[in-house]
Amino acid sequence: MFAFIFKRILYAIPIALAVAAVCFSLVHLAPGDPLTAVIPADAPAEVVAAIKQAYGMDRPLVVQFGAWVQRALQGDLGLSVATGRPVMGDIALALGNTLLLAVAAAVIGFGGGIVLGTLAAFFNGRWIDKLATAIAITGVSVPHYWLGLVLVIVFSVQLDWLPSMGAGADGSGEWRWDWAHLQYLVLPAVTMCFIPMGIVTRTVRATVAEILNAEFVSALRARGLGALAITRHVAKNAAPTVLSVMGLQFGYLLGGSILVETVFSWPGTGFLLNTAIFQRDIPLLQGIILVLAMFFVALNLLVDVVQTLLDPRIKRS
Amino acid sequence: MKPLAALRAPRALRHTVLGAGLLSALAIGATLPSTALAQGTVRIGMTASDIPLTSGAPNSGFEGVRFTGMTLYDALVSWDLSSADRAAPLVPQLATEWSVSKEDPRKWTFKLREGVRFHDGSTFNADAVVFNFAKVFDQTAPQFDAKQAAQVVARLPAYESIRKVDDYTVEITTKTPNAMLLNQLPFMFFSSPAQWEKLGRDWNAFETQPSGTGPFKLESLTPRERAVLVPNTDYWNPARRAKADRLVLIPIPEGNTRANALLSRQVDWVENPPADMLPMLGSRGFTVTSNGYPHIWPWQFSFAEGSPWLDKRVRQAANLAVDREAIRQLLGGNMVPAQGLLLPDDPAFGKPTFEIRHDPAAARALLAEAGYGPDKPLRAKVLISASGSGQMQPLPMNELIQQQLKAVGIEVEFEVLVWETLFNNWRQGAKDPASLGAHATNITFATHDPFAAIIRFMDSRNVAPVSLNWGYYANPKVDALIGELQTAFDPAENRRVYTALHETLVEDAPFLFVGHDVGPRAMSSRVQGFVQAKSWFQDLTPVHMKP
Repeated sequence: MFAFIFKRILYAIPIALAVAAVCFSLVHLAPGDPLTAVIPADAPAEVVAAIKQAYGMDRPLVVQFGAWVQRALQGDLGLSVATGRPVMGDIALALGNTLLLAVAAAVIGFGGGIVLGTLAAFFNGRWIDKLATAIAITGVSVPHYWLGLVLVIVFSVQLDWLPSMGAGADGSGEWRWDWAHLQYLVLPAVTMCFIPMGIVTRTVRATVAEILNAEFVSALRARGLGALAITRHVAKNAAPTVLSVMGLQFGYLLGGSILVETVFSWPGTGFLLNTAIFQRDIPLLQGIILVLAMFFVALNLLVDVVQTLLDPRIKRS
Repeated sequence: MKPLAALRAPRALRHTVLGAGLLSALAIGATLPSTALAQGTVRIGMTASDIPLTSGAPNSGFEGVRFTGMTLYDALVSWDLSSADRAAPLVPQLATEWSVSKEDPRKWTFKLREGVRFHDGSTFNADAVVFNFAKVFDQTAPQFDAKQAAQVVARLPAYESIRKVDDYTVEITTKTPNAMLLNQLPFMFFSSPAQWEKLGRDWNAFETQPSGTGPFKLESLTPRERAVLVPNTDYWNPARRAKADRLVLIPIPEGNTRANALLSRQVDWVENPPADMLPMLGSRGFTVTSNGYPHIWPWQFSFAEGSPWLDKRVRQAANLAVDREAIRQLLGGNMVPAQGLLLPDDPAFGKPTFEIRHDPAAARALLAEAGYGPDKPLRAKVLISASGSGQMQPLPMNELIQQQLKAVGIEVEFEVLVWETLFNNWRQGAKDPASLGAHATNITFATHDPFAAIIRFMDSRNVAPVSLNWGYYANPKVDALIGELQTAFDPAENRRVYTALHETLVEDAPFLFVGHDVGPRAMSSRVQGFVQAKSWFQDLTPVHMKP
């Protein structure tokens, strides 16, 4: 098992480098100048040259990339062009906020998805199944930023129950586990949970339904096992598939929340990414993408390990 | 191994959901943080995505200058923003008086205000002024800060050097004799040298503990989330002591989110709410303010070979074909129809001989005179963007203009570019391949002083890529007037030349003059004391909450 984990961590290194290279090329291929955010349009040419030099952006792209990778390996993602603050610090703060939101959305979405999917499979073809399927289809079809806006209009603007944006009256730095702060989490978490809930519902429904039709389940029934005991066996068999889907979905929750975080001004990595894109803050952009990509790699590794533990049939060494 | 663990979760979840539901229900009666705040705290939702830099040279464009520049800092000269009815005039701030040397008109002497202290208690004097100019202009100075230089240097193109004459007098030398130095000085703010020393000569540390001489002090800063400003009770100008207990600046870049934050009472004031939400905000009892300000939404014509706009009659015809009132209605009334580059009531607007108005018949006549007609329509290609900073609503506005021009026989084709590409192309010029052979470009800009409004686009020496004369406009009369303006040090004479320059340009029509933005803001009816000046900048010192 350890050899397997070690090997997977080694595999992550070329992936990280490739992600870094692709990300670096993409931001330089995109239209606009990397220093648009800091230099006015009519700045004299000598000022533009001086500023480019001060930011090290007058060097060839390959040299810039090499220098960046060298620093990144030492845990230094450089300084933000727009603010001059270390990129690592900003990402660490944002990552904490995004993790909070992603875990909250995952708890609601995965929990709901598992319950709905299992019920739908057990009551295949009945109204519960139809309801669960309808919820799943709606969940994956509704654009989440639109849903976020609708929830804000209903629960913040009309009913005045919940805050419409932000991560606390005094900012996320003062986060506490009380209602005064948790209320800020409710709408973004609910908005974000719908897609994973839909996908998990469909996966669980299909997987469980298939297992329920398997011969060993008929055998268990024939031997007189109760519903609970059968459910336990079914769950054990369904877990690897469902887990891998959930791992992937959790990755999306971490990285794919850019629109939701923007709609709710939630100070996480998605919001930060949005800021970095609009300010063309390349060190920040590269830093966030790299960190998020590493999260994906780590999550996939984690899912693989848990799958192996759950299902001894999966031989990986 | 507990395979059921995953299946048990929902049960716990149901409790959570139930709990959350109960808590939500309780929250109906409970107090939201918005109502628990102390009186006198004004929470402002900005359009920026981060708190603009606070060390003395804000980024985020003029919004930064507005919120973390003019609040925390003062300049030698600034605008009087107390009136909503006239263009904001320049007034002495940290300088009390100034004069230009008769022998060498490049040398300006500024007398500094005595008795002014930075927020850290240190004294503002000539050494502090010299220190600050060096922080952005002298790359060899220990206090040089590339970040601040990037914001300031381009806004002070006239500046060459500075020297201390005595403790309260400095002499600034310009590159060439240039009366417009005064228009450029409001962007140069003065940070405390003593505070910079105290923080270990670290401008990044200065961001969180800044010290200026402005009417507000920074109480706390959470990057990307909020900045809290409190009054500087020792401010040197008693008439501009801040009325609110606190200003909280919150970056909310998404327009709908900003408006919803106001509707759900999480903020008391939002900058630039989406135009389609303004009527609703007004009907719900929020105060919606707006006022024309020095901004223009134009097409900048190309004078490169082959451009249809080389003929003045054609340029005038296009200007007569546009129904600006219809565009104003399209924007829900949020536009001042343009009659030139400057706002119609600007003191330098003058009396141009060519009147910008909607007159399709006159437009057709001019086009016919220039050789165009139903059999030979005039064709033009225009670079536009789908969105962008200050661009208002470029797609519907341009489509309406396209229809209006077609009605008189001008057929326009658009090249829609990504905003960043269009913006970068400004500096490349109409002849650059990146301009795709276009005959005009649609980029909005500030017109708060002669350089911003005219010189960078119209001076033949500023042809791209030197500056923003994208269309290679060259008019000897305009060049001569610009030269005259630069040496017109007497304010009345300066006004006269500037007026003549503007009149000349309206008559020559090197732009399609369309409209001026009105900078809508929406605020709670409890916000008092705000006067929206005809400016990009606003005075936040009189703003406070009704008890």
